[in-house]
Amino acid sequence: MTEKVNMQAIAALVPTGSRVLDLGCGDGALLDYLQRERACSGYGIEIDDANVLACARRGVNVIQLNLEEGLAMFADHSFDVVLQIDTLPHLRNAETMLRETARVGRTGIVAFPNFAHWPNRVSVLCGRMPVTRRLPYQWYDTPNIRVGTYADFAILAQKNQLRILDSFGLQDGQSVRFLPNIRASTAVFHFQRDAG
Amino acid sequence: MPFIATPEFLHFSQALPLQSGASIRDYTLAYETYGTLNAERSNAVLVCHALNASHHVAGVYAGQDKSEGWWDNMIGPGKPVDTDQFFVIGVNNLGSCFGSTGPMHTHPDTGQVYGANFPVVTVEDWVNAQALLLDRLGVQQLAAVLGGSLGGMQALSWTLQYPERVRHAVVVASAPNLNAENIAFNEVARRAIVTDPDFHGGHFYQHGVVPKRGLRIARMIGHITYLSDDVMNEKFGRQLREGLELKYSTQEIEFQIESYLRYQGDKFSEYFDANTYLLITRALDYFDPARAHGGDLSRALARATARFLLVSFSTDWRFSPKRSREMVKALLDNRRDVSYAEIDAPHGHDAFLLDDPRYIDLIRAYFSRIAKEFA
Repeated sequence: MTEKVNMQAIAALVPTGSRVLDLGCGDGALLDYLQRERACSGYGIEIDDANVLACARRGVNVIQLNLEEGLAMFADHSFDVVLQIDTLPHLRNAETMLRETARVGRTGIVAFPNFAHWPNRVSVLCGRMPVTRRLPYQWYDTPNIRVGTYADFAILAQKNQLRILDSFGLQDGQSVRFLPNIRASTAVFHFQRDAG
Repeated sequence: MPFIATPEFLHFSQALPLQSGASIRDYTLAYETYGTLNAERSNAVLVCHALNASHHVAGVYAGQDKSEGWWDNMIGPGKPVDTDQFFVIGVNNLGSCFGSTGPMHTHPDTGQVYGANFPVVTVEDWVNAQALLLDRLGVQQLAAVLGGSLGGMQALSWTLQYPERVRHAVVVASAPNLNAENIAFNEVARRAIVTDPDFHGGHFYQHGVVPKRGLRIARMIGHITYLSDDVMNEKFGRQLREGLELKYSTQEIEFQIESYLRYQGDKFSEYFDANTYLLITRALDYFDPARAHGGDLSRALARATARFLLVSFSTDWRFSPKRSREMVKALLDNRRDVSYAEIDAPHGHDAFLLDDPRYIDLIRAYFSRIAKEFA
């Protein structure tokens, strides 16, 4: 999610003035943007030393934690929005972290590379794992230990009683609402824990 | 090129009420300053010291070799805490043995050396004294208060005792209180000192002796706990001090680590005061801001309004990352601005005084953000 246009499309989902927790915040660019452009406040969580430093340089609050250890530090519903932008593919405990996201945030926003995007399908049909701009790694050195599709996530969300507030695909910064599972390289889900 | 530091002294005649109910009057605080206080008086940084340190934080003393301040790698012109931008204040705490009034000085009421009669001082008392020093220096509000270990406890306490006087608190390798194991280590050290026949109940000065044996052992146990298992193994392993043959002696030095610890103990006993060691370890034991709030650290930290940076080191088992995370959590519960880094360094508690680039760069980044606030 390095492309700025995609970042802005996701930022647009975050209400102005929100208190935000960004899980796997990278260099803090999104949080920085949310603070400056949308008057948000909050924290990023990062495991990587270089990213922690980058956040400090930007003046973004960052907490160095391994997400695999969970979010015990954070109280229920203590944030308006919890973000997981391109974080899910790196998590061994992706489902647990999804539940934690829904516990800690009033709403959650998850974005990840959609493996069912048509170029990926073509690649697999030809017998090869895809290497694309969005999934730029060879199968043997990818940091993405979980790959899934837009359609897969919808099922996982249902299994965990998450109520989808909105979902769509993202392609080159544009939202894709018609056949997103085929037409978008990024899947975006905005959800909350089902009250019922 | 190191810069020249000059210690200064301020006398305070008015009695300072202490947490214990006692008070101390006619005391002196030793301090040093580096850099220049700006016209708005908004660039002051207070550095709080730990057990074995002083107001001599950075720079060297004129004409004295190897007299670098204890945090000279962190503070100075062009350093992470850049004295070209900040006005940095180092202060020696009451009860210490490096220049401020301590147990080796004369009690104004009795005309006798304080010795064991020096009042028990706490982290909170030190912070109160530091605040009085800042008043005299014309510093109403600190851009930042910075400290490691026991110094970090003072930095935290500043944000609770004088929240309006602190904009940022940088708390490194510290804890919101000592756990039982930590108090236990302190108690071993204190027993070593107190049971030394040369201690004379704390009044050894008039006997013309120093309880060096106790101080040596106190330092040896302290030193072990400041290092990590890994770093000790790497540095010393099972190396023999001399040759390859075992001596089969129970009392001679056999292993290199024994030699090292004895050397550290000897060196320490030459300059450190036994009563100071007791006082400072007690201040460590007593620090517990959550105590007044039924043990609830989140409630205790509700008063703090500063922005925080906390740093811990993965192999620090004396002030472990877990303890820093407790403080982070309490600050999160209060929705305070906080950043936290857990540096995966092998050096144990000592890492906070060393040069790990991730740590140094982070402090530099944080302080350059602070500098932008008043630039």
